[in-house]
Amino acid sequence: MSTTSDQMSETESNAQEEAYSAAGEVGMQRVRRTRWQRMRISLSKAPLSAWFGMIVIAAYLFTALFAPLLAPYGEAEVFATPFAPWGGDHVFGTDQIGRDVFSRLIYGARNTMGIALATTILSFIIGGGLGLVAAINRSWLDQFLSRFVDVLMAIPSLIFALMLLSIFGSTITSLIIIIAVLDSTRVFRLTRSVAINVVVMDYVEAAKLRGEGLGWVMRKEILPNIMPPLVAEFGLRFSFVFLTIAALSFLGLGIQPPTADWGSMVRDNASLIQFAQYDLTAAFTPLLPAAAIALLTVAVNFVVDWFLHQTSGLRDDH
Amino acid sequence: MTTDENPRGEKGDVLLDMRDIRIDGFSDERWHEIIKGVDLTLKRGEVMGLIGESGAGKSTLGKAAMGYAQPGCKIKSGTIMFDGLDLMAMSEPEKQALWGSRIAYVAQSAAASFNPAHRLINQTVEATVGHNVSGEAESKLDAVNLYEALQLPNPDSIGDRYPHQVSGGQLQRIMTAMAMSPRPDLIIFDEPTTALDVTTQVEVLVAMRDIVEKFNTAAIYITHDLAVVAQMADFIKVLRYGEEVEEAETRKMLAEPEMDYTKSLWSVRALEKPEVESDDIVLKIDGVDAAYGNTVKVLHDVTIAIPRGRTVAVVGESGSGKSTTARVITGLLPPMKGQVTFNGQPLPGDLESRNKDQLQRIQMIYQMADTAMNPRQTVGEIIGRPLEFYHGLRGSARNERISELLKLIELDDSFIDRLPSELSGGQKQRICIARALAAEPDVIICDEVTSALDQIVQEGILRLLLRLQKEMGITYLFITHDIAVVKAISDEIVVMFQGKVVEQGLKSEILTPPHPDYTQLLLSSVPEMDPDWLDSLVAERAEA
Repeated sequence: MSTTSDQMSETESNAQEEAYSAAGEVGMQRVRRTRWQRMRISLSKAPLSAWFGMIVIAAYLFTALFAPLLAPYGEAEVFATPFAPWGGDHVFGTDQIGRDVFSRLIYGARNTMGIALATTILSFIIGGGLGLVAAINRSWLDQFLSRFVDVLMAIPSLIFALMLLSIFGSTITSLIIIIAVLDSTRVFRLTRSVAINVVVMDYVEAAKLRGEGLGWVMRKEILPNIMPPLVAEFGLRFSFVFLTIAALSFLGLGIQPPTADWGSMVRDNASLIQFAQYDLTAAFTPLLPAAAIALLTVAVNFVVDWFLHQTSGLRDDH
Repeated sequence: MTTDENPRGEKGDVLLDMRDIRIDGFSDERWHEIIKGVDLTLKRGEVMGLIGESGAGKSTLGKAAMGYAQPGCKIKSGTIMFDGLDLMAMSEPEKQALWGSRIAYVAQSAAASFNPAHRLINQTVEATVGHNVSGEAESKLDAVNLYEALQLPNPDSIGDRYPHQVSGGQLQRIMTAMAMSPRPDLIIFDEPTTALDVTTQVEVLVAMRDIVEKFNTAAIYITHDLAVVAQMADFIKVLRYGEEVEEAETRKMLAEPEMDYTKSLWSVRALEKPEVESDDIVLKIDGVDAAYGNTVKVLHDVTIAIPRGRTVAVVGESGSGKSTTARVITGLLPPMKGQVTFNGQPLPGDLESRNKDQLQRIQMIYQMADTAMNPRQTVGEIIGRPLEFYHGLRGSARNERISELLKLIELDDSFIDRLPSELSGGQKQRICIARALAAEPDVIICDEVTSALDQIVQEGILRLLLRLQKEMGITYLFITHDIAVVKAISDEIVVMFQGKVVEQGLKSEILTPPHPDYTQLLLSSVPEMDPDWLDSLVAERAEA
């Protein structure tokens, strides 16, 4: 050890050797940032895929919100020529009874996304709430709920949904409730499993020892600590609900005409694919709503991946 | 044993030479210098003790001795010469060839370092065989010899077990055998006994010291426990804030530390409280039996009386039922038999049947302040909630009381909006104390509240607790395994072993002989600052 660094460490340690004060201890984090600043930092570091996803989602939201302004024609407006080719008055032609495909694509964003969003929110309220109760309670109630969920999950959900929809009728309300209930089984499982890890923490025990009720423990102690995986799951579930609705519509039991919806639009125009050899663009018509579904699903997944990576605290650098 | 001496060099040659090491760590979105130009020289066969508080950079420096920087760290500058090899200039594969063959690393948590799916002996020789130091059959034979040297029971067959089938202390020794298997020139021990009980720690320390001596291996021993390092090391280096404070030969360092900081580390253990006797019992645990899941009985007829305004320390190793006793008192675990009485009134066994007043009067402080506070709540919310909940304080009355409480625990208003992650370990524990105080309790149960903290911070917390007791007459039930802490804070001591109370009485009675066997074992296993302590203990026990 050289003499200079010896002296240096001596002077420094003398300076540090003032009376011990609890407030003077150095915490882990030196700079405190507001939530907004933190968000801006993580946004500026977001990878390209996440930006792509966010831009696509923003575009979809814009389309859904301003559908009546963006669409050239009405949602259910019927024109003289069915199966009109692309170009001219109708950018993407018309469908089997002469409705403008482009306009219906735009309205479809609103309907499909709106219903998917309502369904996902409802499924999170049901599944998340019951999952939390099960995780905190851990007694017969947990057993009962978990086994009931197992039973529900054992039945293929699309077939079960088809069955329930044919029993209760294909109204939008029953569609939302049925898919939400079936989907909430997945949310229940996730919430329960992440919440169980939080329930055993000392701070939850401390809250119980204080005499706090179930509501407080759920809302204030556990929920804030399991938000990241739940938010990520929300994105994924939204995509799946979206696909389920499209699949049901394609099978004819989802959103009923004349309400525009991407799934049923694929079905309605499916026969056009056979005309590929005469008019290539016509064959693309049924693929347009399919592409709209695919693009949104991919975009949501990009954003969710990035968000999960952010919150899991994984480090790439070595 | 194949080689009793290291063929590569003589004792006294310089093995490791680190010059002006600077290491950067990445946190809070930028790089900070965490090791600020430390030099380190280690000769063959020497054991260096590296001590300091958490965050002093001990582990980072220890890993740098292998030429390794953990994720989020980078070695910025300096030279690391290991037996004539320049580790800084070596490529990653070249360094990997050294690790596990010539340099070995023993981590703090053996349980986390073993693969649960493989037999112990295969893991012991894995690096040796993998680096072609010797053949598999030969190394396995040697491993058995190592097990024997480390005084493991059934050295022939213990290697056939899986990690979960041996105890924590045995696992730590097997990990030492694993490090020893390729006969490395250098072993780095990173807090190897911190997670063990004192009684187990002694066995592991003896085994590790003997084997390092036997094979003339150089070692760096990283720890925060001075008494342990005094037994192990030839010389000691003290680190603080990534800088060297001082370095000296062990005896010299213990006898006459030069720097004030080192002295302050030494002085912590001098804290002692005069005991006061009292017959005014505030809380009484009467003949309690308790079990988890009605099958495994963990408490057998436990009776403890806690006098008002005094501190009763409950000591014992892990699994002795200390924490279970706390759970019975708080109502988290209803007793099978027996009763808890508070101020002469019986307390209902389970939490749900206790009223708010009963809950308010008994508060608890946990060992891990990290997990005892909700990471998403600010300090103000954490302390404010009991005020709201028990005393109905709102708005400015609540805020005033929060300020008062913060002042009481020697912090200020600037902490109100901070999250737990923005506090140091000692500050976190102080907030937990404030939360308990907010309820205005009669009794506070402290469950190992200082064992996760550095020496100096520990002293601060203990002083705070003593001051609060003096000012407010609070009664403490203090659960700990650290005898130094017991001496510092208690009036009475309860010794527990395997769910039973071995002994109970005033501090002076319990700490002076004659002791029952278990108390004797427990007290004698507590490392002392004397470098000869371990030797004399081993000699004593060999006689007995």
